[in-house]
Amino acid sequence: MIVTVLDILIAGLLLGGLYALIAMGLSLQYGVARVLNISHGEFIMLGGLGAWTLFTVFHVNPLISLAICGPAIFVLGYIIHRTLFKRLLTTSASPGIFESSSMLASFGLLFIIQNIASIAWGPEIRGYSYLAVPVSIAGALFGANRLVTLGFAILIGLAFYLFVARTRMGKAIRAAAQDPATAGLMGVNINNVLALCFGLGAAMAGIAGVLISISYPVHTAMGLEYTVIAIIVVVLGGLGSIPGSFVGGLILGIIGSVVTYIDPGLSLVAYYLIFILLLLVRPTGIMGK
Amino acid sequence: MPILEGEGVTKHFGGLAAVSRVDFTVAQGEVVGLIGPNGAGKTTLFNLISGALIPNEGAIRLNGRNITGLKPHRICRMGLARTFQSVKVFPNMPVFQNVLLGSLFGTSSRMSSGDAARQADEALEFVDLSALSSIPAKDLTLANQKRVEVASALATQPELLLLDELMAGLNATEIAQAMELVARIRDSGITIFMIEHVMKAIMNVCDRIMVLHHGERIAEGTPEEIAASKTVIEVYLGE
Amino acid sequence: MNSARVGLAKVWVPGLLLIILVLIATMPRHAATYTVILATSILMYIIMTESWVYFSGPTGYISLAPAAFFGVGIYTSAILGTHLPLPLVIVFGGLASSCLALLVGALTLRLRGIYFSIFTFGLVELIKHLLLWYEIKFTGTRGRFVVLVDNETIFYVMLTILVVLLLTAYFTRRSRYGLALQSIGQNEEAASHTGVNVTAVKVLAFAIGASFTGAAGAIIATRWTYVDPYIAFNPLFSFMPVLMAIFGGMGEFYGPILGAAGFAYIEEVLITKFPYYYMLLFGAILLIVILFLPNGLVGLIQTVRKAVFGRGQHANT
Repeated sequence: MIVTVLDILIAGLLLGGLYALIAMGLSLQYGVARVLNISHGEFIMLGGLGAWTLFTVFHVNPLISLAICGPAIFVLGYIIHRTLFKRLLTTSASPGIFESSSMLASFGLLFIIQNIASIAWGPEIRGYSYLAVPVSIAGALFGANRLVTLGFAILIGLAFYLFVARTRMGKAIRAAAQDPATAGLMGVNINNVLALCFGLGAAMAGIAGVLISISYPVHTAMGLEYTVIAIIVVVLGGLGSIPGSFVGGLILGIIGSVVTYIDPGLSLVAYYLIFILLLLVRPTGIMGK
Repeated sequence: MPILEGEGVTKHFGGLAAVSRVDFTVAQGEVVGLIGPNGAGKTTLFNLISGALIPNEGAIRLNGRNITGLKPHRICRMGLARTFQSVKVFPNMPVFQNVLLGSLFGTSSRMSSGDAARQADEALEFVDLSALSSIPAKDLTLANQKRVEVASALATQPELLLLDELMAGLNATEIAQAMELVARIRDSGITIFMIEHVMKAIMNVCDRIMVLHHGERIAEGTPEEIAASKTVIEVYLGE
Repeated sequence: MNSARVGLAKVWVPGLLLIILVLIATMPRHAATYTVILATSILMYIIMTESWVYFSGPTGYISLAPAAFFGVGIYTSAILGTHLPLPLVIVFGGLASSCLALLVGALTLRLRGIYFSIFTFGLVELIKHLLLWYEIKFTGTRGRFVVLVDNETIFYVMLTILVVLLLTAYFTRRSRYGLALQSIGQNEEAASHTGVNVTAVKVLAFAIGASFTGAAGAIIATRWTYVDPYIAFNPLFSFMPVLMAIFGGMGEFYGPILGAAGFAYIEEVLITKFPYYYMLLFGAILLIVILFLPNGLVGLIQTVRKAVFGRGQHANT
């Protein structure tokens, strides 16, 4: 019994850590750059398949891939914002119009990235074996790869939170999130900060993708499901709240793990029901005002 | 019986009390002014009365009927219309349609399209905007947009009209015209409750003035009493 | 604008529409089967786009639920198709979708616009997974077979749905309820303070729009013969109407029709000529339209017309 509980809890934390990373990235993109990025999951997919290629073709340790895929996807996200979303920002008449047109533009990105990926990688489900050795914790057996994934997910999540909460750059980001116009007046290069946030959000997705590939198989069509989960977590934590996303991710992961234990077919349904209830009872999220 | 009556009306935002245990009454046919420094809770109080916000505590009665927590469209149909501090017109609709919405949806009993159109025409006539009725509202000057708001409020056939800074942003001529408009609305038998920063206006047209500060009612009286009140002067000079 | 031209347009436009309708209606008599099938798809996309625009156009709430309504229609057809006559199946498909829309609308249309989009986006996934779970757990199979209907009947049913939809949209636009819908999109708070019951109006429009998408789903299912949750609740059917409406431009009544017809045709060409790059091109077109044609084809036509015929006189007040 205790073993089962521990089993579910660790599996839940593992999922939750990944969800937290993904949601923090999306939260940054929505909370600051005002892009509800439907293509978020595609950056996860890029990270996952990137790590797979690096591992199988070039024999690169996936933990080193973190340091390769993360920055590479950051640059990609930064460029996408500087070109695509910046133009939308200047042509949109109001913030509301920007929110809807940028969301629709991110659909376009979703199709483009997914299609390019499926030309490059094909539709096969890809997996590789890294640290697939069992480790025993209080009698329950876990794959070492999963524990590594969990550890890194939480570590990176905390590091990211500290970056936003404590550093000078993080301050500029928070200022931009609250009031872009004033932040601009105070000498914050607003276009640069927005692109930086979008890039960082994408990098978080890419890093999550690498971590996912360590423990789970990856494929080109995996993105959308993670996007849906990320959106649910972001709403759960309060739109735009980064600590909220972190906590929300962990909570959702544990709930998912419990429901999966009862009936694996129902985990997404459960997420969605939580989402509905939350929207009705407390639309501002658990950490929102 | 007063037309509008509030009892211990309170609204918190987070830990902050924007409006705190405010009592007020507005009698039939009166023009009551609501003044106070920025952030005193004046617009919040209007939002509570019109149903845009729901008070945490207290009760608001319109003609003796409890309207606390009712939706804005219900309150509007019960005879309470309002305008907004930052003009809220329907920008892409012609002026006539802006006003027609009021007579089609805001009146207490459903009107035929013909009657509603006549009512809208009358309201436009009343605010002197008949000539501009086919122009999209967004192409009007600020003063005229404010008149559109007033016309569509009047088209709902209100007994009580809340005016939120009707004169803010207007030049001297426009302020004089707006004051004249307020007087004519009063003469047509509509009770007025108005927030205003233009002191000349408030002193001239109001029968009674209520002062809010930090969400609390700190003074009330005739324009002369308020102008002489030490508390009120301190509040304004202390800012 | 002078009154003689307006008067002429009053005769012109309905006459032209009638001629177009007759031409379309007689098409199966002389066109090849392939053309009829293509025309049916185009009609379907026009229905989906117009019914999306019916609610989202005036109110500005971006609904990503069309795939849910479409799928509910498809499944109504799969479940009832063998028991009931076709017209009833179509009507029930529409009713089932509008019931779902009433429920979803009543729950979410009180929320801010972005929450509504998020909610409707997830709704499709929820229904898909719930249905999949149900089918596997209780029926033991993933998919269902749908009763077969001939191509010509499908075409005429589609055309009928479209005509009813366009009439509904036309009369809504001219009614007081249509004015209320527009007021919500332009300033929801002011609308509610002017006496418009904004929640009721929004929910009603959402449900009316959904019913046509559901009806279209109910009839198109009979052409697919086999459906499963992944086919019926494909999120692409949520994005398509939005994209087509933007592509055509929502400023004019004919914009979404133009967008849907044009886009459905482009899609057909892309799928047959570039099956591997179809999604890529689809995404690229979406981006190009959003970035460079914010008013869609209608905007483009107006710009070109202005450039050719010179600027019309503009009064400024």
